[in-house]
Amino acid sequence: MKQILVISGKGGTGKTVITGSFAALAKNKVMVDCDVDAADLYLLLHPEVKERHEFISGQSAVIDKKLCKQCGKCIPVCRFEAIKSDFSIESFSCEGCALCSYICPHGAIRMEENVAGEWFISDTKYGSFVHAKLGIAEENSGKLVAKIKQVAKELAEKQKSEFVIIDGPPGIGCPVIASLSEVDCALIVTEPTLSGLHDAKRVMEVAAHFNIPLKLIVNKYDLNLSMTKKIEEFCREHNIPVIGKVTFDKTVVKALIEEKTIIEYGQSMAGDEVRRIWEDLSDEFSLGFRS
Amino acid sequence: MIISVASGKGGTGKTTLAVNLALSLNNLQFLDCDVEEPNAHIFLKPHISYKEKVFIPVPNVDETKCTYCGKCREVCAYHALAVLPGCAEKKGSFLVFANLCHGCGACSLLCPQMAIKEVNKEIGIIEAGNKAAIDFIHGFLNIGEAMSPPLIRQVKKHINPGRIVIIDAPPGTSCPVIAAVKGSDFCLLVTEPTPFGLNDLILAVEVLRKLKIPFGVVINRSDIGDDKVNDYCRKENISILMQIPFSREIAVSYSEGVPIVVRNASYKDKFINLYADICRITNETNTCH
Repeated sequence: MKQILVISGKGGTGKTVITGSFAALAKNKVMVDCDVDAADLYLLLHPEVKERHEFISGQSAVIDKKLCKQCGKCIPVCRFEAIKSDFSIESFSCEGCALCSYICPHGAIRMEENVAGEWFISDTKYGSFVHAKLGIAEENSGKLVAKIKQVAKELAEKQKSEFVIIDGPPGIGCPVIASLSEVDCALIVTEPTLSGLHDAKRVMEVAAHFNIPLKLIVNKYDLNLSMTKKIEEFCREHNIPVIGKVTFDKTVVKALIEEKTIIEYGQSMAGDEVRRIWEDLSDEFSLGFRS
Repeated sequence: MIISVASGKGGTGKTTLAVNLALSLNNLQFLDCDVEEPNAHIFLKPHISYKEKVFIPVPNVDETKCTYCGKCREVCAYHALAVLPGCAEKKGSFLVFANLCHGCGACSLLCPQMAIKEVNKEIGIIEAGNKAAIDFIHGFLNIGEAMSPPLIRQVKKHINPGRIVIIDAPPGTSCPVIAAVKGSDFCLLVTEPTPFGLNDLILAVEVLRKLKIPFGVVINRSDIGDDKVNDYCRKENISILMQIPFSREIAVSYSEGVPIVVRNASYKDKFINLYADICRITNETNTCH
């Protein structure tokens, strides 16, 4: 079983559109959406939720007003500026370290378990899908990512799936690092803009830092051909295979508006290119890539 | 007046909006708080004159004082410490997993032997400078570093309250976004008229309502999709402050790192009007120029 992660550095380059197409093309796989704070893949896959689980992560401080003497010892020790001058906790700032509860001389601060989100195992017409919803203004997205990746991997082993295909988050921080763990290939989707290249370079460095093999797709490549050339040159210098270039195609938005993958929407230039990319990718993996 | 620009979904045009708004106003300070992938410098091309390293405190034990009692491991909510007690022939050992540490200080404050000191671990850098009259500051998270909020908070320590401050926030709805937009007087939410744009806008609206920050919506590439973002905003009584139709001129200019108001100054009026609308909503017309 091989795990393929789609990432980008910069947001909005087309990760989910391409991952959604892979869902329609790959035969025997489990799909995962690791962009847990702005999860969108479900809008294309229309999941029927089979299992729903609470994601309990960390704790939050709660001040008991009856016991609190307002002595003020807790405020300066909190490095997250989560205790307000009226001795209430700003829950979205509290990182659950519990230091205030140890420091309080009156036993007025207790720690409560924090439900930080939910995760799901669903059926879709393209097979199993593991996804999640981080609670509003919650943290610990990296832990939730690690959790759903683990669930997906176990499910794929049980179902003898050939692939786990993962839609990744933007950026280079904790959810991206959690997404990269144990994957066989990180597929970077970028766009031919200075920011697209700048951000792709940073996420490539992160993947290299964790020894993850890389491949790259230039999406909307014909919006700026000279920038596409620059990206290709950069990849050649760094031995990163550019495995596809996808046309700027208005069909992509039309399919999106109907909440369909570009593959099921009907014939299109972008769809044909993504189909070809997936065929090459799945061929390469069945030949024992990175073995 | 602190205005943050956020979005939920990435790639909707946060940086485009923040940079063009900045270039259309006077007495301005620009903070790029998307420290994982800062982009504003590509467009503003500031002259950088100041650089600082940013650290978080992580524990370091004085093994001559440590009795390996395990109190620190017990209080660490992030499992960033391991303590193995010694036995007759071997002394104990103490391990720090710095990547898991949130720098809360619990271990050093609560160690009964006062054996733990905090040492600095570099997580990124801050650079500052200027582009003409605009004060510019941004942060870069080091590669492989997981936690951006401490760096974002550090960038925001540079806020100059005497100026109009524009904060370019990271995408998403979790801790880095909250660290970036917290304390703003107003937040502009940039979206696009697609199901992805709407889905992530709704999440971002919930975040801002929880943080009690006034906000308005900007619809970018406003003619590429459907009307559902407009319908949602009408139903929720959210002001749509600006709509920017798709234009190849803007897209190409963006791809080359050139702000549209630089290429085509006629766009400036739209951004000046946007600022006037923000002032009207925040009832700060007196302090706005």
